[in-house]
Amino acid sequence: MSESVFPQLEALLPHVQKPIQYVGGELNSTVKPWESADVRWALMYPDAYEVGLPNQGVMILYEVLNEREGVLAERTYSVWPDLEALMREHGVPQFTVDSHRPVSAFDVFGLSFSTELGYTNMLAALDLAGIPLESKDRTVDHPIVLAGGHAAFNPEPIADFIDAAIIGDGEQAVLDMTEIIRAWKAEGRPGGRDEVLFRLAKTGGVYVPRFYDVEYLPDGRIGRVVPNRSGVPWRVSKHTVMDLDEWPYPKQPLVPLAETVHERMSVEIFRGCTRGCRFCQAGMITRPVRERSITGIGEMVDKGLKATGFEEVGLLSLSSADHSEIADIAKGLADRYEEDKIGLSLPSTRVDAFNVDLANELTRNGRRSGLTFAPEGGSERMRKVINKMVSEEDLIRTVATAYGNGWRQVKLYFMCGLPTETDEDVLQIGDMAVNVIAKGREVSGQNDIRCTVSIGGFVPKPHTPFQWAPQLSAEETDARLEKLRDKIRGDKKYGRSIGFRYHDGKPGIVEGLLSRGDRRVGDVIRAVYEDGGRFDGWREHFSYDRWMRAAEKTLPAYGVDVAWYTTRERTYEEVLPWDHLDSGLDKDWLWEDWQDALDETEVEDCRWTPCFDCGVCPQMDTHIQIGPTGKKLLPLTVVK
Amino acid sequence: MQRIRLRYTKRGRLRFTSHRDFQRAFERALRRAEVPMAYSAGFTPHPKVSYANAAPTGTGSEAEYLEIALTAPRDPQQLRALLDESLPAGLDIVDAVEARTSGLADRLTASVWELRLEGVELAEAERAAAQFLAADSVEVQRRTKNGLRTFDTRAAVVSLEALPAAADRPLDNACAILRLVVRHVTPAVRPDDVLSGLRAVADLAPPVPAAVTRLAQGLFDEESGTVTDPLAPDRDADTAAPPTAAVPADAKAPEGPA
Repeated sequence: MSESVFPQLEALLPHVQKPIQYVGGELNSTVKPWESADVRWALMYPDAYEVGLPNQGVMILYEVLNEREGVLAERTYSVWPDLEALMREHGVPQFTVDSHRPVSAFDVFGLSFSTELGYTNMLAALDLAGIPLESKDRTVDHPIVLAGGHAAFNPEPIADFIDAAIIGDGEQAVLDMTEIIRAWKAEGRPGGRDEVLFRLAKTGGVYVPRFYDVEYLPDGRIGRVVPNRSGVPWRVSKHTVMDLDEWPYPKQPLVPLAETVHERMSVEIFRGCTRGCRFCQAGMITRPVRERSITGIGEMVDKGLKATGFEEVGLLSLSSADHSEIADIAKGLADRYEEDKIGLSLPSTRVDAFNVDLANELTRNGRRSGLTFAPEGGSERMRKVINKMVSEEDLIRTVATAYGNGWRQVKLYFMCGLPTETDEDVLQIGDMAVNVIAKGREVSGQNDIRCTVSIGGFVPKPHTPFQWAPQLSAEETDARLEKLRDKIRGDKKYGRSIGFRYHDGKPGIVEGLLSRGDRRVGDVIRAVYEDGGRFDGWREHFSYDRWMRAAEKTLPAYGVDVAWYTTRERTYEEVLPWDHLDSGLDKDWLWEDWQDALDETEVEDCRWTPCFDCGVCPQMDTHIQIGPTGKKLLPLTVVK
Repeated sequence: MQRIRLRYTKRGRLRFTSHRDFQRAFERALRRAEVPMAYSAGFTPHPKVSYANAAPTGTGSEAEYLEIALTAPRDPQQLRALLDESLPAGLDIVDAVEARTSGLADRLTASVWELRLEGVELAEAERAAAQFLAADSVEVQRRTKNGLRTFDTRAAVVSLEALPAAADRPLDNACAILRLVVRHVTPAVRPDDVLSGLRAVADLAPPVPAAVTRLAQGLFDEESGTVTDPLAPDRDADTAAPPTAAVPADAKAPEGPA
């Protein structure tokens, strides 16, 4: 039994910023009676409400779980420091926004990590919830602390703090986990916490760090990771949902009262990507490609708009223009909603003139402000290394089409610090931008067009061909970006038409430490948290110095340091901290792809060319699932 | 073009909704309810909604008002029910009339507020209220966008009385209710300004933040000292002149020469 803490919280709300984010009551939110469920989930997106609420992963699981008899799910988000201070002062625990129950009262506390920068927020939430920070200190009465999301593909840095991790698609996995917990509870919780975790681990689909020992070599590298009890598998598999049409979630997207980062009806039009960009962890770990059908998409959009009243539809995926029927989807939706002032957006588009046609279709009656493309690498050579098969001619042809069709601004995304990159590769970004503006002025006949260059620092990620690569140091990243900035600003003729946005290299180093870290990095995370670290994804809260201080305090005991984790190149033999988490990718294939990268050799997309044996489909017993279905979206008959 | 005036509430936990938050929620509700909204002209057309005098964030309200413009006529009561269903519980649409008169905003000249003071004895509240009313002026300060501002709160307060809390509450902790009628003046005197005033003249310091609710707003009737329903004139106009009667029922044919 647990009580709502809302009365205590309510007294604090007049003193905090944007109190509406803490009160729940969103349209389409669900509050099931506490006693109606025997398995209860608290789902957290460990960032502020405005970022966490629109998160599709949490929204999907919230609905999938709440649809089941005997299961309930509520949501919780990170509280800002102003409320955290008041909650500590007045003894108010971390609460769910749905019924304001303490998080500690639930059976499972599930956190979705899109990025590693949420780790300190997890510790803040655990602490506020009154749940011991480390798994070993918890009792049978504490929730099972579960990590999911892309960052969970290497959960080792948070291995001490979580009880379990699930990698891959969560829809079926959370239901399976629920049944195991339900049975264990019905039996009277035999064997306590260890027993339920063991039952979960035995399935091979739930990683329980406490059942694995990590052995280290004298030089600091990992010797091996080995199960410490029989019945626990050597490797834990990712989960893959095969038929997206069977999982049309979210059906009833949450509509917040508070302003959030995405206010639109998002429909995932396919999952997975096999373009094979070597830096892209999402593309590697979500294989194979599984499309939602055109009719399934049409139905989700229709129902979702009716349920929410949103004015915009977002067609999500890792590369939305790659859906086998994207042209019919875009045209169908544009036809259907032309009269209703519903905006359509298609994030993640490739550099391709076809995408400009698509964008034109989606903005039939709206204004054409900006189009975004991601060549990622500035030089042809660099793009071969990363397997982003775009030529400069492609790009120029694409932007010419865009400017010619009335688009006023083109935004280009790049990365800095890619493997084998030199100053010259990055400086070519400036040339590319100049060529874009020159072409744009030519085809549009106007001088007021713009091109914005946006650059992020590259962070090597687990389960990618670049998992062995050295990360570029913050100093070198900054120096390279400064050279590019000077080059662009120094261009008399075009410089003023080119916007330049970049981030300094420091946050990337912390992200790199956490991405490819092992269990020893947990000490750093804890030290940062105890030193006040929160909201590390926010510029105004992130402190590089705090992270470096914490690393200097904790890592020397293990004979390693931040550079060892970030700028050091790994060799073929090295046991990587995440090797026992099976994304399906064959490690030898990844290594070959890494060698191909160094040789500047490209790899095709297996949707249109023969399989290149990345290993996922046979290992996970999955297959590519794409159209075309040949169906069309029919206009809806609107009763007026 | 039909114009419909609505009264809505901010109840319970949704009193923490800011006005901007409410606007977004309401415009979505209009879409969900498929209301044939009139749109503004221009590059980014917006549905035509006029909001009047919204209560501050954190303040509950039983009496907020807005007006919408429609391109096709709708029955106000059906529209009310439909919109109410499309909004989260707590943001409730409680009244609707077709606009028959001009100037809804001009009829909102005063509000009735209720302040719930947990942990304050009734006698204490009564004494503070009396001291406040006895003063000629009660200056308070409030931080605004332009810095700290000093202004009088006394003149805008028409009445202020302390009442016992409802009988159904637990007896172990004290609670007093303040009910006040405040004129809408410039600069605005808000309930928390009056609380600051009570602290200034009578050292009234509630241990927990007061729960504030607007019970009513409308035209202040100087004679009776009450706040009247601002939608009443529209309702009266509606019943006095049935829209179908092109010719008044009591009209007579002109008596021509026989």
